[in-house]
Amino acid sequence: MQKYLARRLLLALVTLLAVSVVIFVLSRVSGDPRHIYLDDYSTQEDWDRMGAVLGLDKPYYQQYGIFIKDAVRGDFGRSVKEGRPVLDVIIERAPATLLLGFAAFLISLLVGVPLGIMSAVTRGTILDQFGKLVALIGQSAPPFWLGIMLMFLFAVWLRWTPPYGKEDWNSILLPAITLGWYYAAANLRLVRSAMLDVLDSEYIKLARAKGVSTNAVILKHAFRNALIPPLTFAGITLGALVTGSLVVETVFAWPGLGRLAIDALFAFDYPLLQGVVITFTLLYVTAAFVVDILYAYIDPRIRYA
Amino acid sequence: MASDVTGIALQPTGRLTRITGIYRMLRRWPVIPVALLAVVLVAGITAPWIAPHDPERGLLPERHIPPFWYSDETATKTVVERMTIEGRAGQILLSKAQKQQPEAELGDEINVVTKVGGSSKFLLGTDHLGRDVLSRVIYGARISLLVALVTLGIGGTFGVLMGLIAGWYGGWVDEVLMRLVDIKLSIPLILIALVLVISLGQSLAIILAVLAIFIWPRFARQVRGEVLQLKNMDYVALAKVSGASTARILFIHIFPGTINTLIVVATLQVGIVILLESTLSFLGAGVPPPTPAWGSMVAEGRDKLAGGVWWSTSFPGLAIMFTVVSLNLLGDWLRDTLDPRLRQIV
Repeated sequence: MQKYLARRLLLALVTLLAVSVVIFVLSRVSGDPRHIYLDDYSTQEDWDRMGAVLGLDKPYYQQYGIFIKDAVRGDFGRSVKEGRPVLDVIIERAPATLLLGFAAFLISLLVGVPLGIMSAVTRGTILDQFGKLVALIGQSAPPFWLGIMLMFLFAVWLRWTPPYGKEDWNSILLPAITLGWYYAAANLRLVRSAMLDVLDSEYIKLARAKGVSTNAVILKHAFRNALIPPLTFAGITLGALVTGSLVVETVFAWPGLGRLAIDALFAFDYPLLQGVVITFTLLYVTAAFVVDILYAYIDPRIRYA
Repeated sequence: MASDVTGIALQPTGRLTRITGIYRMLRRWPVIPVALLAVVLVAGITAPWIAPHDPERGLLPERHIPPFWYSDETATKTVVERMTIEGRAGQILLSKAQKQQPEAELGDEINVVTKVGGSSKFLLGTDHLGRDVLSRVIYGARISLLVALVTLGIGGTFGVLMGLIAGWYGGWVDEVLMRLVDIKLSIPLILIALVLVISLGQSLAIILAVLAIFIWPRFARQVRGEVLQLKNMDYVALAKVSGASTARILFIHIFPGTINTLIVVATLQVGIVILLESTLSFLGAGVPPPTPAWGSMVAEGRDKLAGGVWWSTSFPGLAIMFTVVSLNLLGDWLRDTLDPRLRQIV
């Protein structure tokens, strides 16, 4: 068990390192960062002094070392666009993204799991078909388009919710539904197929045979075991929700990290972009690591695999 | 038709079995998904011949024309020389009135078109630059097909090779490859892809490369699993004994055994790749404009949505959705038919 966890932890660190290398290389490939900071009126001395401050006069491997050393201390430099430390900007924007991610996560569970059970229990009926349709739309509709259509329907046409931004309590509804639908669909499918397998097993037949009511069979005996796949999927979902926020925050002008990343990207604000990418990766890797622990905890076979 | 009516009256079961027969066929065979995919395929291949207009050129005066089923909106207005602020809703300038009705004079009450309706010239309307939405959707199929074909070709081949090697050799080779797969699965790839595209320049080649990187691990992991099972088969041992080279065993004896799985994985991955490409295009880091990609069409049209111009966003979005729905349905069907063991993997 400890060996397994140590390996996963090592993998998480390697992942972070790999991403940092990619980000570093890309930031150097795309040109000298001094071009963003300095304007046409700067002198050669300014140029050299800036290079010394940023460490650009050193060889690349040393520059990377400096980058990592600073990053570990949470120092990603100053945002070009905002003119303040990158970490401050990230901390300011993170709560909105976490709130949205959490809301979407709740939706994916509260919609996906009950619909999955319903679909499995009523297999082959019109209710099951309805569940399948919800899953199919969630898995096939591009989130950005789904968001736009929901916005058009509920905000522009029916005027139930604000179309974008984050002001009233109900402005989170549309982004959260857009973001959560895909994962609700995944949960629905997972729960449905797990329920079908479980309902077919010997111990369920035994429970039925000894006269347990249908509701008790479904909720007490079957449901618990059918929860394992979505539970393990939950960690992956949490990580992926963060990335999904890139699209959804852009559509709904939600003031979170996703939008920050897109803005930084198109403003060529590399320090900010590096900071956001590393933050996202950290969230991702942490979620994956938590899932690994959960896996090992739930399923003993994994520990020896 | 009269005989048909009597037919129903005399043989109700005949008609019923025909309907249930069709229903059963639709449930049993993926008729609808295959038909939809065929439409996309044909549209993509024959785009230059079937598209009614140039997808990249439009006339500004023809912008925001609605789909064909919209009719002109008209109103009765008074022709005036100068509009007043309070009464401007019911007034029209002489010069404008004469464009619609040359004989109009000052003080006339005339019926004028306030909103141009759709016409058969632009079946699905035009976008904000007056470009034909239908033509752009048809050409957009091309981009999606190209993306699917190339990324599948490169990423799929690479993934299969890696899977074969990892599964066959095992040991540290396997370990390194599978950890690479794990790393790929645990980084926010869309974000990295965005950074890549913006840093290296926006071009189709880079997007294809990024998407190929995106999909190879799924192939590698699946093929590796198959190889692990197949390599212990007797016929593989016999091939080894009879002196077949490793390459021969891998490609002639083991690879064919993975094809069923590959077909399923490929079908589902194509859907994912098309979604990804459209997402990148939507975020502004996809196929550079003015090339019509479905994702960028959705992005371009969305500002005009509040003004009621829904068609330039909805149709490309529907195109993406129907394509991906079809691929998913077909993939599910193939999986159930070819390889039921894969059901465990979403």
